[in-house]
Parts: sequence; C-alpha cells; structure tokens
Amino acid sequence: MLVEAQTSDMLLPIPVAAARPQAALAPREESPAVRLALTAVALAFLGLFIVLPLVVVFSEALQKGAAFYFSAFAEPAATAAIRLTLLTAAIAVPVNLVFGVTAAWAITKFEFRGKSFLITLIDLPFSVSPVISGLVFVLLFGLQGWLGPWLAENDIKIVFAVPGIVLATIFVTFPFVARELIPLMQEQGTAEEEAAIVLGASGWQTFWRVTLPNIKWGLLYGVLLCNARAMGEFGAVSVVSGHIRGLTNTMPLHIEILYNEYNFAAAFAVASLLALLALVTLVAKSLLELRLDRRKP
Amino acid sequence: MIRSIILSSDRRRFLFGTLSAVALAFAASAVSAQTTLLNVSYDPTRELYQAFNAAFVKDWQQKTGQKLTIQQSHGGAGSQARAVIDGLEADVVTLALAYDIDAIAERGLLSCDWQARLPNNSSPYTSTIVFLVRKGNPKGIKDWNDLVKPGIKIITPNPKTSGGARWNYLAAWGYALKQPGGDETKARDFVTQIYRNVPVLDSGARGSTTTFVQRGIGDVFLSWENEAFLAINELGKDKFEIVVPSLSILAEPPVTVVDKVADKKGTRAVAEAYLKYWYTPEAQEIAARNYYRPRLAEVQARHAEQFPTVKLFTIDEVFGGWAKAQPTHFAEGGVFDQIYKPAR
Amino acid sequence: MTTARLTWRQPSVIPGFGITLGVTVTWLSLIVLIPLAGLFLKSATLGWGKFFEAITSPRVLAALEISFGIALAAATVNAVFGLIVAWVLVRYDFPGRRVVDAIVDIPFALPTAVAGIALTALYAENGWIGGLLEPLGIRVSFTPLGIFVALIFIGLPFVVRTVQPVLEDLEPEIEEAAASLGATRRQTFLRVILPTLFPALATGYALAFSRAVGEYGSVIFIAGNMPLVSEIAPLLIVIRLNEFAYAEATAIAVAMLIASFALLLAINLLQRWARSRGRG
Repeated sequence: MLVEAQTSDMLLPIPVAAARPQAALAPREESPAVRLALTAVALAFLGLFIVLPLVVVFSEALQKGAAFYFSAFAEPAATAAIRLTLLTAAIAVPVNLVFGVTAAWAITKFEFRGKSFLITLIDLPFSVSPVISGLVFVLLFGLQGWLGPWLAENDIKIVFAVPGIVLATIFVTFPFVARELIPLMQEQGTAEEEAAIVLGASGWQTFWRVTLPNIKWGLLYGVLLCNARAMGEFGAVSVVSGHIRGLTNTMPLHIEILYNEYNFAAAFAVASLLALLALVTLVAKSLLELRLDRRKP
Repeated sequence: MIRSIILSSDRRRFLFGTLSAVALAFAASAVSAQTTLLNVSYDPTRELYQAFNAAFVKDWQQKTGQKLTIQQSHGGAGSQARAVIDGLEADVVTLALAYDIDAIAERGLLSCDWQARLPNNSSPYTSTIVFLVRKGNPKGIKDWNDLVKPGIKIITPNPKTSGGARWNYLAAWGYALKQPGGDETKARDFVTQIYRNVPVLDSGARGSTTTFVQRGIGDVFLSWENEAFLAINELGKDKFEIVVPSLSILAEPPVTVVDKVADKKGTRAVAEAYLKYWYTPEAQEIAARNYYRPRLAEVQARHAEQFPTVKLFTIDEVFGGWAKAQPTHFAEGGVFDQIYKPAR
Repeated sequence: MTTARLTWRQPSVIPGFGITLGVTVTWLSLIVLIPLAGLFLKSATLGWGKFFEAITSPRVLAALEISFGIALAAATVNAVFGLIVAWVLVRYDFPGRRVVDAIVDIPFALPTAVAGIALTALYAENGWIGGLLEPLGIRVSFTPLGIFVALIFIGLPFVVRTVQPVLEDLEPEIEEAAASLGATRRQTFLRVILPTLFPALATGYALAFSRAVGEYGSVIFIAGNMPLVSEIAPLLIVIRLNEFAYAEATAIAVAMLIASFALLLAINLLQRWARSRGRG
C-alpha cells in the first residue's frame, strides 16, 4: 500500500478554484510585465551581491596590467599552490562523488526509519564553522590529540601536511553531491527503477540505464560545485595547513599571503583564476546540456 | 622448465625490487643531503626573514659547504604557536611575544629557560609602538593623551587575536601609569577610553593596516614601528606620516629553537647557528634595513636618523613580564574583556 | 533480496539497500561523525558546570545572538530572492542567461576571505556602494549590516541550487491542468507550484542558514569585530583557541553545532511531512 503511495508521486493538490467557468482563458504563464519585473529583480539582486564583488576582484587583479596579471601565476610559490589545490580537488571530488551517489540511492530509493536524521547528518558539514572543520582534525591527529602521539612515533604526518588538507577538504565538501541529488531523486520517485527491476534488470543495470540518465545533469552540477568549493575552501584548510610557503599553501592560502604582503594585484589575480575556473566549467556544462538536450527528440 | 620460468619471473621481480630500492635510496639521499629548516613566524616578519634567510643560507654554505633550504610559515602569532604545539614541525620559532613561546615550552616541546639561551632575552631585534597618521596630521595627534580626545578614531587590531595589538595595549597602559599621579585605576580608565575610540578590531596587524590605508577608516593607526615604515613605503609615501609618542614600550619579538623537533630531525646545530647569526653585524644590518631596531650599538649608530630616540619601558619593568601581563590583561574575563562589559 | 528484512524499513523491489546504506553510514562515520565526536569529547573534559559557564557568559551569548540572528535574516532574504532567481533562470529566457546561471555559483568557488575583502572594499565608506550609502547615513562595512551582506553572499547559491533542479523537473502538465481548470496564475503558483517546491526551498533555507551561522572567513573582514556588537561566535572560538583554551572553544562549537543540527533536523522532518502530505 505504501509502495503504491510512493508511485503516486505526481498527484498534487489541485486548487479548489478548479470549477471556474472561464477555464480556457486562464493564463498558463505570467504576464509580460510580471516576467520583466521578476527578471529585473533577480538580475539586480545578483548584480548587487555577486557580480559587483566579482567585478572588484577582476578590476583589482588587472589594475597593474595584463603582464603583471599573468606573472602572478608564474611565481614558484603560486605554481606550488596551484598544484596542491589541483591535487586536493583530484582526491576530494571523486571520493565525494562516489559517496554522494551511494548516499542518495540509499536515501531516495528506500523508505526506512531515521531517514531525516541521516540526511541531517549528511548536511552537518555545511553547518560546521570552517574554523571547527579544521580544528576537529587537529584535535584528532594533532600532537596533543588522541592519535597524535602514536602518529608522531611512527613518523606519519597528517595535520600540517597534505593528508590533513585533503581530509579537511573532503569534510567541507562532503554534502555537495549528495545534497544536489537527494531532492532531485526524491522528486523523480522510484517508479522507473521499480519497473526496470520488475522487468528483470539487475541493480547495476537499473542504475546505469535508468537512474543515471535521469540524474546526469544534477550529478554534474554537484560535481562542479563540489570541485569549486574544494578549490576555494579557506577557513578549514587554513587551520590544518601550517602555512609553509611552497609546500602546504593552497590557492586560497596563497591569496591570503599575497594580500598580507600588500601585493593586492597578485592576490586578486589568483582569486580571479578560481572564479574564472568555476565560471568556465559551469557555462560549459550549461552549453553541453543545451546541445545534448536538443539532439534528443 | 616450469621451474626456470618461475625463477625468471622471481628474478625479474627481484631485479625490479632492487632497482626501485636503489632509486628510493638515491632519492632519499638526495633529499637528506639538503638540510631543511622550518621557521614558524608571525605576520609582520615576512620581508625580514626573506632577506635574513638568503643571507644565512649563503653564509652557511661558505662555512660548511652545506646547501640549506629554509621554509617559512607566517600567520597570526597565537595561531602559529598553536600549530607548533599541535605538531607543526618547526625547527625554530620566531614569534611576536614571549608568552606564545612560553605556551609551547609548557607543552614540553622546548626548555622552559629558553629566554636565557640567547643574548638580549633571545630577542635579536626589537621594535616599538608608534602612530601612523594621515599626511599633515590633520587631527594634531602628538602623544598618547591625544588619542582619548572625543571624535578621534583609532585603528588597532584585536589584542585577543593579534600579538602586536597586545604591545599596543600595554604601551598605552604603561604611558598612563607613568604619568604624574598615574596608578592602576587611571591606567585602566585611560585604556578603556582608547578602546572606546576604536571602531574596528581586525584580527591581525596587516588587516588593520589595510583598514586604515585602503578603506580610509580612522585618524590614527597604532602600529609596530617596522609595520608603519613598511606601510608608508609600500602603500603611499605621500599619504601618511609617523608620529612618535613621548613614551612607548620596547617590543621584544623573541626567537628560539624548538628542542624536540630539532633533536628529532637532527637539525639542532644548524638551527642554533641560524639564530646566532642574528647577532652578527651583517644580520643586524638586515634587521635595520627592514625597519627593526638592531641590538648592536654600531649598527644602531649607523641608522640613528631612521629610528628616533624614544623613551622606552620594558614589559618586565612595568608589568612583571608576559607571565603576569597575559593572564591579568588578556585572559578570558581579564582587563581587556572588562572594557567590553555589556551595559546594564 | 539477500539482506534481512528489517522492521524499520519498508520492503522494496529495488536492490542495493544494504550496501548503499552501509557505505553511507561507514563513510559518514569516518569523515564526519568520529571527528565531531572528538569535538564533543574535548568539550566534555570541562564538566557540566564549566561547559555551561563557557557558553553562557554575556560575550558568548551576545555573539551567538549575532551569529544566529543575522544568519536567520540573511537566509530569509536568500529564500525569497533565491526563489525568484531560480524561477527566472528556469522559466524565462534572456540574453546571457547561461552566464548568469553560472555566476550564481561564484560564492562556492571564491575563497571566503576573498569574498570578504571584495565586499569590504565595495561597501567601505570609500567604496563604490559604500560611497553612495554614506550620504544617506547608512554604513555597511564594519557594522552588523556588513555581516548581513556577507552572509547573503555566501548563502545565496544554496537556495538557488536546491530549488532549481526541482523546478526544472516540474511537469508542465500539472500547471496546464490547473490552468485549464480555471486557476489564476497566482493560484497555480501558490497552490500547485509552491507546495511542490516547498521541500527544496526549505532545504535551501536550512542550508543557507546553517552555513551562514558558522561562516568565518568573509565575515571577519567586513564585520568590524566589535565585542557585543559585531563579534560573531566563530571569532569567539578563535579567540578562545588563541588563549589556548581548547575545551572552552569546543564548548562554544558544540553549542552552535547542536543548535544548527536541531534546526536542520526540524526542517528535514517538516519537509518529509510536507512530502507525505503532498502524496495524499
């Protein structure tokens, strides 16, 4: 009976005013004035809170000219920071991708008790202050921490080295993919998967042929966001990095150093690279989505 | 025949194993031939240690033939000390105030008598607290008592998060205490009045510099002398000037070897030589060129016009050292916190 | 089905429950729960009396009030405008829509410190916007209003990105049905679209809020950090850490975490309730 309830996901409350006579005249879309107003509000809001800060970043980055802008990336400390950031993201993103899909499957395809509790636990890293996300690993693996003395004896370095940075990044970006998929897969329900299984498909086949095509854009979103956040994380990484120049500084930390050296143009140049990377990947995803969707009948 | 195949595959594996072991050993020896020191320092010493490290690496290579790499880590003094306590493997620490090194010593990472190991309280260079004002000194700020006038906006970082800001606070306190008829109560009132005039408490010295210089907030910026010079040179020679108060504090940023780390890594000799190098005329010259007051009289004399004579008091004289000043003034619920008691 | 049928879950023909839930719980425990348990253990070393003291001093209470109050306000603004932004991006076409769409994610990509610096520069008295507001007597940088602006910045994508996919997936037939049955556009929106979007919107709201409560990097640049006025709770944690008072620092963190968790859980439960009601 309850399985039935799941499949009837599409049934939504229809307004009581349903019986009105002028049915044919009822609008299916907003009037042009409303559309214009809403678009204007949305663009103004984004302009004020996101585009303007972005403009500041780029104008500061370019204030000393294009040559200076590019020289900011050639410096050895900058290339080291870029390498470390790429390495961190290359580990953190796939890990969270696998986890995110697994968690979303468990949560959206089955009904079990404690589900809300589980979702909330997955959300938790969002609500943990970045300061704390770094601190928990210091408490665990630091010299004064629970595992610290043992690690020191065996000469294993976790905090103030690359493993700590990767761990903190995984922690911070932990919910992104799962969070992107859960509402989407909830909305899609379980009917298609159930049909596939009943028709004899295996679990893997169902996932690859039925679920994945349905969630592919949401999944890509999640991965891109996870990646952007992994590369841009500042607070948590700052706590576990140790700030050793050329060794444990990620791009955001390198930006902070440049800024503190009054090298504002170079600091914003590196920052603009992060912003640009996110913009380009997201626009590319968007265009790809458009093209592939058009090809479909 | 089968046996020989097994053997050959074994041999191949053996060969591979040996080769990779040799490669590893080679890589390891290549690494160990290059000694590496990690110096964990606070924010305003970036430029200073860049110059000093280059000089020492050269000097060390001439003396021993050893090629040395010095890694630097900079940040807020308090969080840097915490990182070392929590396992950041610093061979030497060069921090803003003795209290932070005491905290490291308390956790057993270095000897508690560290401050006696090098001359001058283990502070090879000093600084003091001065005022940075806007060009022409439009508010006519000459001394500490001008700061408490109504309408003056003072920029200083938060003493709870910035080491330099603690020197600012203590300098103001010492000034009030040393005025005719000055006592603890008056000093407390004076410092309270100063912080009533502070509109922004940045978390670090460089953050405050940016607030004052870039954002144009405030009439006067309480700053390390070296930071004030640097700010003028880097950010606007024609926009700011330095005002030296009649009395200020002798800020002594200390340096020391982290015993446990240096012994574990086997870098004690070079770490000690690194710090001792500070007391040579060449290094003292580097300090002076980076606007830190040198300890050596001959170098001092050479830069006399750069560093105006100020009457300076030390933290030991007035406050009985950091071990006493820190808990009284900056601990949770200490004097500084009481300035910000909610009005009831 | 190879997994044992447990009473706490409803039977389903779809396989993989055991393995996916197992992996999820294990990984969650390793990366999130065990480290956070360390936080709780550390704060527990204080004992109840001191723990309570550490989180109820006037400074801490004021900071918590600032952090939670402003985060709530910013999340509310984000819920309203985030919904509008998501709506416009999904439903309307205008030149540059795809770029605008990508721009929404900038707060995820930009390091928080950079965001803080850029916003401070913008809203300072000598900045582009701050200069316009100054004659009106409105100060943003170095006031609680600055915190508000920073928290809007970092929270916005959470709302847009949770609402957007659901909005895209919304079946047009339902709206058509509502319209053909005579519902006005407003009625269709309020009674058909909004209830469907509600779970996602609530999630976005909760995420924007809980992210804002803990935000540190961008806020410290713009807040001014005056005790009792614009000092946020995470800054107080950093201050306690710099006093080497780890246990007290973790006590504040634990208090914040429990509050955020309770709110997130409440919203997730509410969302589930709304969904089950929606199913009729």
